[in-house]
Amino acid sequence: MAAVGERSAREPSPLVSAKALVKRFGEFEAVRGIDVEVVKGEAFGFLGPNGAGKSSAMRMVGCVSPRSDGDLRVLDMDPQVDGPSIRARLGVVPQEDNLDTELSIRQNLQVYGRYFGLSRAHVRAKATELMEFAQLTERADDEVDTLSGGMKRRLTIARSLVNDPDLLLLDEPTTGLDPQARHLLWDRLFRLKQLGVTLLITTHYMDEAEQLCDRLVIMDNGRIVAEGSPPELIACYSSREVLELRFAPGESGDVASTVDGLADRVEVLPDRVLLYTENGEAALSATHARGVRPLSCLVRRSTLEDVFLRLTGRTLVD
Amino acid sequence: MAANTEITGAARSRAATLRILPPGLYAGRASKVLERSLLVSKKMWLVFLSGIVEPAVYLLAFQIGFGRLVTEVVGPGGEVMSYAAFVAPALMMASAMNGAVYDATFNVFFKIRHARTYEGMLATPVGPVDIAMGEISWSMLRGGLYAVAFLAIMTLLGLSGSPWVVLLVPVALLVAFTFAALGMACVTFIRTVSQFDYIQLAVMPLFLFSATFYPLSVYPEPLRPVVQLSPLYHGIELARELSVGVVEPAMLGHVGYLAALAALGLWVTSRRLAGLLLR
Ligand SMILES: Nc1ncnc2c1ncn2[C@@H]1O[C@H](COP(=O)(O)OP(=O)(O)OP(=O)(O)O)[C@@H](O)[C@H]1O
Ligand SMILES: [Mg+2]
Repeated sequence: MAAVGERSAREPSPLVSAKALVKRFGEFEAVRGIDVEVVKGEAFGFLGPNGAGKSSAMRMVGCVSPRSDGDLRVLDMDPQVDGPSIRARLGVVPQEDNLDTELSIRQNLQVYGRYFGLSRAHVRAKATELMEFAQLTERADDEVDTLSGGMKRRLTIARSLVNDPDLLLLDEPTTGLDPQARHLLWDRLFRLKQLGVTLLITTHYMDEAEQLCDRLVIMDNGRIVAEGSPPELIACYSSREVLELRFAPGESGDVASTVDGLADRVEVLPDRVLLYTENGEAALSATHARGVRPLSCLVRRSTLEDVFLRLTGRTLVD
Repeated sequence: MAANTEITGAARSRAATLRILPPGLYAGRASKVLERSLLVSKKMWLVFLSGIVEPAVYLLAFQIGFGRLVTEVVGPGGEVMSYAAFVAPALMMASAMNGAVYDATFNVFFKIRHARTYEGMLATPVGPVDIAMGEISWSMLRGGLYAVAFLAIMTLLGLSGSPWVVLLVPVALLVAFTFAALGMACVTFIRTVSQFDYIQLAVMPLFLFSATFYPLSVYPEPLRPVVQLSPLYHGIELARELSVGVVEPAMLGHVGYLAALAALGLWVTSRRLAGLLLR
């Protein structure tokens, strides 16, 4: 007993803890045994291409999809038994907006708050605050269907905050937002994190993952292929710099043999050749010396995109 | 103090519900789902109006039309009554049925298949049982509203002879709840709008052959058990007897049958919603 108490005092139990978690749809395995631990106050990301199983994993954490196998605990409870109590403390932004189209924008926020058992006075004040947050105050009494896609997204995100959640599940939160709205949202999420809210984010965008996530897993085909902080992953799976040579589509293949040996690793994509190296400028001079004439070239730092390419042989966003 | 009792009451009913359903499907928030419907309904008063007008037109037709041809029938308890007064309680139950079925099918179908309304709700503590109970209660209120309006018209036309007719309101609510529960259960199996024809196909004979327009004794002997399967028949029997102040033990059977079907509808609806939306 004492030992248990000591342990939990030192390291608080994780908000989300998945062990060998599996999700099957019929015969098909969408999530094939993933292990994930999300601790309080961190921003944790699922990065992966279409169909990787990110949403399936998120829905299990959100207690709206029963697990097929393995263990899952959320907020130290079992989703299969304590779904309502867990969901009471979650904020959820689903991949596809499911706003209530029969209600106005203000009513959407108020009614949603009522589902959490909040008082009328509380949800009235909260709705006003959240419309300010989502920059929708002027549209308060409009129907949801009159909003643009990005505005709906902002309303969905605002709605997820109505119960002041401890854990926020964001499934591709910024898809459909313009760059300004995206940066604004990142800023808001960052502030929520500072207030102690734990974030679980899925995304296709590595800049988003790099900006927001303290730690992330890269998923592919229902499995986790790597885990770490963005700098750790880059250091572990990529070189410091990348030389990117652009070619007309189809011409990049011929170059591969010419640049052989000039970098630690070479990736050939249909329109580009990527040379992974500690010194990009040196590699650039060397390719010129060998007579390679690309349409354009660029020396840049490695990103998560490179990590992903290395691990899965695929680019993240086509 | 009051708040405290509310909580223990909710906890108790929750414990009772949990025993017959898998855990985690009910959060005691059905009233919040109902609240949403009330908010939405404020925009739909025109639909209500049309729902009230239809049965009233029927009633007028019987009063001035059939009433002249068939002047008197023998009602419950052997009393002789006007034909219009005989039919009126039955039509009141039918209007309760229609109101409830309409709401629990068309509106619910839209929310399940197109609007994703329930998916939004399910991300909150609200569970499928809350949704089923909230939506069925709303459909019941709508059916009940039609029935009350019908009763008012009945009274205006002088067809509600005894003060007993007040008791027709709870009967109408029971009928509406049962049909809402059955209707919503059915609609969870419907995939396309054209399949609504099946529901119409079920409701029409129920309306015509539930001893609505003539007593059960008129049906040939072998057909009577079939008529007695109809939930509307049991509602109509209850209503007709109460309308003239007849109370007898057999009424418990009618109530029991309706309540059992209501429970079945609620259970199927909850299971189906869970299966459809919590995949
Ligand atoms: N309800 C379902 N029934 C059957 N298969 C499903 C269902 N939901 C998801 N899948 C399958 O599971 C796999 C993973 O889907 P999921 O939505 O989790 O991917 P994702 O990583 O979120 O992809 P995206 O980036 O496109 O959102 C896909 O192959 C998908 O077809
Ligand atoms: Mg997804």
